Amino acid sequence: MKAMRRTLAALAAGAIMTAASAPVLAQGKTLRVVQNGNLTILDPIWTTAYVTRNHGYLIYDTLFASDANYAIQPQMVDKYEVSADKKLWTFTLRDGLEWHDGQPVTSEDCIASLARWGKRDAMGQKLMEFVAEMKAVNAKTFQLVLKEPYGLVLDSLGKPSSNVPFMMPKRVAETDAFKQIDSQIGSGPFIYQNAQSKPGERHVYLKNPKYKPRGEPASGLAGGKVVKVDRVEIVEMPDTLQQANALIAGELDIVEAPPHDLLPMLKKERAIALEDWNPLGHVFIIRFNHTVKPFDDPRVRLAALHAINQEDYLKATIGDPAYYKVCGAAFICGTPNGTENGSDILLKSNFEKSRELLKEAGYDGTPVVLMQSTTLPVLTNTAPVTKALLERGGFKVDMQAMDWQTLVSRRTRREAPQAGGWNIFHTFSVSADALNPISNAYFVAAGDKSWFGWPNDPEMEKLRDTYAKETDPAKAKALAEQVQMRALETGQFGWIGQWYGPGARRSNITGWLKAPVPVFWNIEKN
Amino acid sequence: MLDFIIRRVIAIVPVLTVVAVFIFLMLRLTPGDPAAVIAGDNATSDQIDDIRRKLGLDEPIWTQFAIWITDILQGKFGESFFFKKTVAELIAQRIEPTLALATCTLIFAVCVSVPIGVLAAYKQGSMFDRAVMAFAVLGFSVPGFVIGYCLIYVFAIELGWLPVQGYTRIGVDFWKFLERMVLPSLTLSVGFVALISRITRASVLEVLNEDYIRTARAKGLSNRVVLMKHALRNAAVPILTVIGIGIAVLMGGAVVTESVFGLPGLGRLTVEAVLSRDFPTIQTVILMFSVVYVVINLIIDISYTIFDPRIRY
Repeated sequence: MKAMRRTLAALAAGAIMTAASAPVLAQGKTLRVVQNGNLTILDPIWTTAYVTRNHGYLIYDTLFASDANYAIQPQMVDKYEVSADKKLWTFTLRDGLEWHDGQPVTSEDCIASLARWGKRDAMGQKLMEFVAEMKAVNAKTFQLVLKEPYGLVLDSLGKPSSNVPFMMPKRVAETDAFKQIDSQIGSGPFIYQNAQSKPGERHVYLKNPKYKPRGEPASGLAGGKVVKVDRVEIVEMPDTLQQANALIAGELDIVEAPPHDLLPMLKKERAIALEDWNPLGHVFIIRFNHTVKPFDDPRVRLAALHAINQEDYLKATIGDPAYYKVCGAAFICGTPNGTENGSDILLKSNFEKSRELLKEAGYDGTPVVLMQSTTLPVLTNTAPVTKALLERGGFKVDMQAMDWQTLVSRRTRREAPQAGGWNIFHTFSVSADALNPISNAYFVAAGDKSWFGWPNDPEMEKLRDTYAKETDPAKAKALAEQVQMRALETGQFGWIGQWYGPGARRSNITGWLKAPVPVFWNIEKN
Repeated sequence: MLDFIIRRVIAIVPVLTVVAVFIFLMLRLTPGDPAAVIAGDNATSDQIDDIRRKLGLDEPIWTQFAIWITDILQGKFGESFFFKKTVAELIAQRIEPTLALATCTLIFAVCVSVPIGVLAAYKQGSMFDRAVMAFAVLGFSVPGFVIGYCLIYVFAIELGWLPVQGYTRIGVDFWKFLERMVLPSLTLSVGFVALISRITRASVLEVLNEDYIRTARAKGLSNRVVLMKHALRNAAVPILTVIGIGIAVLMGGAVVTESVFGLPGLGRLTVEAVLSRDFPTIQTVILMFSVVYVVINLIIDISYTIFDPRIRY
């Protein structure tokens, strides 16, 4: 009864407070932004959701960051040294770094943050395999002591996308990695306004007046994070047509990713400009379940890859060639590891070869279960293309439509497709997540520890390990190419086209940085 | 009367029990795993398993049900899987826009539909009557989101008279609140107006053929008195019934309208919770909607006695 009373009291008090509390009115320049999804979880280490990652970039800072050319640059770090044997890394923090509560950022904070991130993120876990010890030398200097040289120390610390190694105060970072944090205190360029934020309605951030940007100009996610607006409001609007209407009416300043079918309408509006803020774009993926028939046989996986071709997917999903690119590079065309060698199999359908391989593998005509997501518009048309192409290649396909949440649940099931499992599904990734064989989770081939589909290929794991240890960039690139070739030899998965989704902004908004993540420093509202 | 009310209140208990069991089982049997949604696209199976354990979703279904029902009986609605807030807090945050939308819609719909239904009955066969019937058919047939988009295009984009979306709390700025309520209320009330006006017309028509109406006219009473005092009062019971049923339609419509107009209400909370499989939130919101529906129908039943003295409980 007491609990009932408490709950009723909470309901009543909450309703009264909500109704009566007048939020602080926007003062100065307010940037109103709609992102591609609702921000419900505020812990960017606990989830890999991109909206949560974007929230992280607003309030937290990183030790390193990737610039517009995808090179890793110091961010919170002032200087760093690496020993001759490449086993001791020493990092010194910049002067004047402060948490939003006024406390100084210390080495202990950074060590605790890295430890928590290292328990959740795939690239962090890999780094931690090589770390013997993390120790604070003094308040501003700390060291990573490695068991053996690791080629991706800086790439890991400057990882641009989920999970990003954001720095948090030690008391926050000591939260169990599998429990959400309670505090939103960071040291980033914006301060989260808990009292003014209402999940499902808006999230409010104010400019951090004490933030000290680096002296260099902003470049990608690196450089000086100079905030030129007073307040950012992340408005939550589920309806994409309404997002466009609100942008046209001037009620919003930025829509992060309007769907492609609304772009022609937005292009016609004089007060709206489209902005290609993420030049790396995204990449579509086809994923096979390696643990059940028939895709437990590499010949069947290769048959499927021979049947498909990137252009058909891109035409059916994106449509306008201005927003897609046929690209055979698993690590993304135009990036340091991007090479198209050996990728012809993904670019042109060869149905004859597909049928030949199926015959050789003894495929008995059992329909393969293809899961189709119908709630993410950009993915909806991928599965019908797969069905059509695989059927021409000799497969029988049972395409099952479901919402994305059902798909992400079902893909965890390892049973046979007839018992609720699956054979194939599609997803897509921000290209920034796919730039090397360690950050690109689709390449993990460690059986149960792999991403869904659970490929098991010791040779691939050996190659990935060798890549991770290689500290010479030229040799690392050659190893990345070998990783790509190995994936194509075994039909591990398919990367089936790059695509781009421009953002839309009011024409009085300038300075939107080109980066793999939408960031709101450097933006001016004129 | 008191006996009747007590009986009806007691009858809520089995109704809510059935709803609770049904919604719990339905959610657990529906494909979809909140842990997988929480973990995000790049999570591994191990990470999802860890989250599932933390949320207690690895317990047997009957254990989960027992925990939930015990908590509910103690007035604890649990914590949202996603928002890191209690469900009670979430509902408190989201209830105002939904209450405001429902109230504005109900007031507008009743104020418009009852008079036009009565007039349509009085002028049976006239152009006005045909226009009301045509509107009723159209109101039923056109989906709410189409009406919403059309209203937005005309009044917000082309004319710029009203905002496209959003909500201002009543305590912050009353006029802005009203400004932002106009289009959503209009959108949601179209179907409601169609429903009530059609039922009003039919009920009043039936009553207008009764002997006592002829007698009232023979006594020399004016048309207004005949219609409003004699006809409408006697036709009120079916109209009230349909308003009660309409509340359920209204709750369903609020889900779509709130999404279209970006209102942060319970309808949108329900959609978000369903899409993310936020079990504690869905269960509580649906239980709450059930209570509201049962209570409103109880009030409607009691109100029959006001309009028709022959009805006694």
